Amino acid sequence: MNDFSAPITDVPVVDVLSAEKIFANGFRGLAPIDLSIQRGAFVSLIGPSGCGKSTLLKLIANLIEPSDGRVQWWRGDFSKVGQAGRQLAFVFQDPTLMPWARVENNVRLPLDFAGVDKAAARTRVEAALEQVELTQAARRYPRQLSGGMRMRVSIARALVTDPDLLLMDEPFGALDEFTRNRLDEDLARLSWERGLTSVFVTHSIYEAVFLSSHIIVMAAAPGRVFAEFSVDEPRPRGEEFRASARFAALCRDLSALLSDASFASRG
Amino acid sequence: MMRPLMDREWFAPVVAPLVVGTLLLGLWQFCCREFQIPIYLFPAPSDIAQSLLENWPDLLHALGSTLKITFAAFALATTLGVATAFLFIQSRWIEMSLLPYAVLLQVTPIVAVAPLIIILVKNTPLALTACATVIALFPIISNTTIGLRSVDPGLLAYFRMNKVGRAQTLWRLRVPSALPFFMAGLRISSGLALIGAVVAEFVAGTGGRSAGLAYEILQSGFQLDIPRMFAALLLITVTGVVLFGLMVGLDRLLLGHWHDSAAKTER
Ligand SMILES: Nc1ncnc2c1ncn2[C@@H]1O[C@H](COP(=O)(O)OP(=O)(O)OP(=O)(O)O)[C@@H](O)[C@H]1O
Ligand SMILES: [Mg+2]
Repeated sequence: MNDFSAPITDVPVVDVLSAEKIFANGFRGLAPIDLSIQRGAFVSLIGPSGCGKSTLLKLIANLIEPSDGRVQWWRGDFSKVGQAGRQLAFVFQDPTLMPWARVENNVRLPLDFAGVDKAAARTRVEAALEQVELTQAARRYPRQLSGGMRMRVSIARALVTDPDLLLMDEPFGALDEFTRNRLDEDLARLSWERGLTSVFVTHSIYEAVFLSSHIIVMAAAPGRVFAEFSVDEPRPRGEEFRASARFAALCRDLSALLSDASFASRG
Repeated sequence: MMRPLMDREWFAPVVAPLVVGTLLLGLWQFCCREFQIPIYLFPAPSDIAQSLLENWPDLLHALGSTLKITFAAFALATTLGVATAFLFIQSRWIEMSLLPYAVLLQVTPIVAVAPLIIILVKNTPLALTACATVIALFPIISNTTIGLRSVDPGLLAYFRMNKVGRAQTLWRLRVPSALPFFMAGLRISSGLALIGAVVAEFVAGTGGRSAGLAYEILQSGFQLDIPRMFAALLLITVTGVVLFGLMVGLDRLLLGHWHDSAAKTER
C-alpha cells in the first residue's frame, strides 16, 4: 500500500483498497489500485492521456463505483462525506455550470443545497468570487464568459463550500501560463492555510511539482500506478521555489519518470 | 447622433416583409380590376376590406368564439402535456406503456374522429375544445419529455455527488433544462390549437351563439359571399400570426438571457 506519511498524520481521508474499474463495454480502465491519502496532503495524478486519471478521481468522488475493491472516506463509507469537517468538493474537467443561472447563483448552488441562509451565503459567494478574481462577472451568464473564466467559476463553486477534500480534474488546463501560475500560487496558499486535502489531476510537470506533497505517476493499458514521487519541499511555497535549482531538478526527475510511464503505456 | 433607420436591428425584419406584402396586394388589386375578375370568383383586397368592415360585428363575434376554443384547448393541452411528461420521466416503464397511446392519438386524423367526439359530447364548445386539445397535445408531451431527460450528465453527476434529492433535482435541474424544449413545443402547439379549433368547427358545422370563424366561412360559401369568406380567413391567419408572435415574445422573456435559440449571437 502506498502510505503517504505526510507532515500531518491522522486518519487517512481517502483509502483506495484494491479498487478496479472495468467499464460496461468491457474496457479495463483501472487495474487494482491501492492508495491512501492523509489529511493535508496535496496529491497530483499525472500520466499520459487516457491512462485513467479522471477515472481514479471519479472513483474517489464516488461518481462511479469500483467493479472490485472499494474506496473509503475517513475510514468509512460515502455516508461519512458531508458531515461536519468532511466536506467534499469536485471540480470537473469541464466547467459544468448551469447555463440559465448567473455566475453568482452558480457559485451559490452548493450553499442552497446545504440550506445556508441568504445573508451568509451572499458573503461566502462574494469571497469565493474574489478568490478567483471574478467579482466583476458576478451578474453575468456563463455564455458571456471565456473558457478560462467559466473554469474559475467552477473553482469558486468548489471553494465556497469550504471543503475538506478538494478533487480537481485539470482545472487550469484551459488557462494561459501566467494566469495558471497565479492561480496555482493561490491554490497552494489556500490549501495550506485551510489544511485542505487535495487530489489534483494535471498534465503539467511544473504545476505538479509546484503544488504537490505527493505525485502519482500513472501508466495506461491498464490504468495503474507507475511510480510515486514525493516533493518534500516545505509548504507554503511561493515564487522563490519555482525559481530554485531544486525545482528544476525535481521537474527533470518527474519528466524522466513520465517518459518511462508513457513508454510502459504502449505495452 | 441618431443612427440611420436602415441600421436599426428591427428595420429589416419588419420593413422587408411589409414591402413585399404591399407589392403583392397591389398586384392582386391591379389584376382583379384590370382583368375584371368577377367578385364571386376572386375578390380584390379592397372588396375583402369592405366586407370586413360591413360584417364586423358578426365576424368579431365569430372570432371571439374561435379564440375561446383555441385558448381553452391550448391551456388544456399544455397542462395535460406537461403532467404527462412528468409522469413519463418517473419511470421508463410508465413511458413505455403509455407512449404508444399518445402516438396513436397523434397519428389518427382528427377530422376522422371529430364527428364521433361531437356526437358523444353533447355540449358543443366542450366537444370543440376536446378536438382541438387532442390535436395540440402531442408536441407538448414529446418535447417536454425529451427536455426533462436532456440534462447535462456532468451537472447530474454534480447533483448526485451532493446527495441532492429527487424533488430538488427535478426543480433545480430538470425543469430549467427542459424549458427550451418545452417552449419549442409550446410554439408548435399554439398553432395546432388554432388549426384544431377551426377544423372542429368545420366538422361540427355549428351555427347559433357558438358559431366560430369556420362557420362564417361555410355560410359565406353557401351564400356565394366570397369576400366575406376571405375576410373570415384573414382573421384566422392574423390570429395565427399573433399567437406565434406571443410565443416568440415569451421565448425571449424566458430564454433570452441564456439559451442560444433566443439569445443574440455576437458576430
Ligand atoms: N464510460 C466509459 N466507458 C468505457 N471506457 C471509458 C469510459 N470512460 C473512460 N473510458 C476509458 O478509460 C480510459 C481512461 O479514461 P480517463 O478519462 O480516466 O483518462 P484520463 O487519464 O483522464 O485522460 P485525459 O488526460 O485525456 O483526461 C480511456 O482509455 C477511456 O477511453
Ligand atoms: Mg481526464
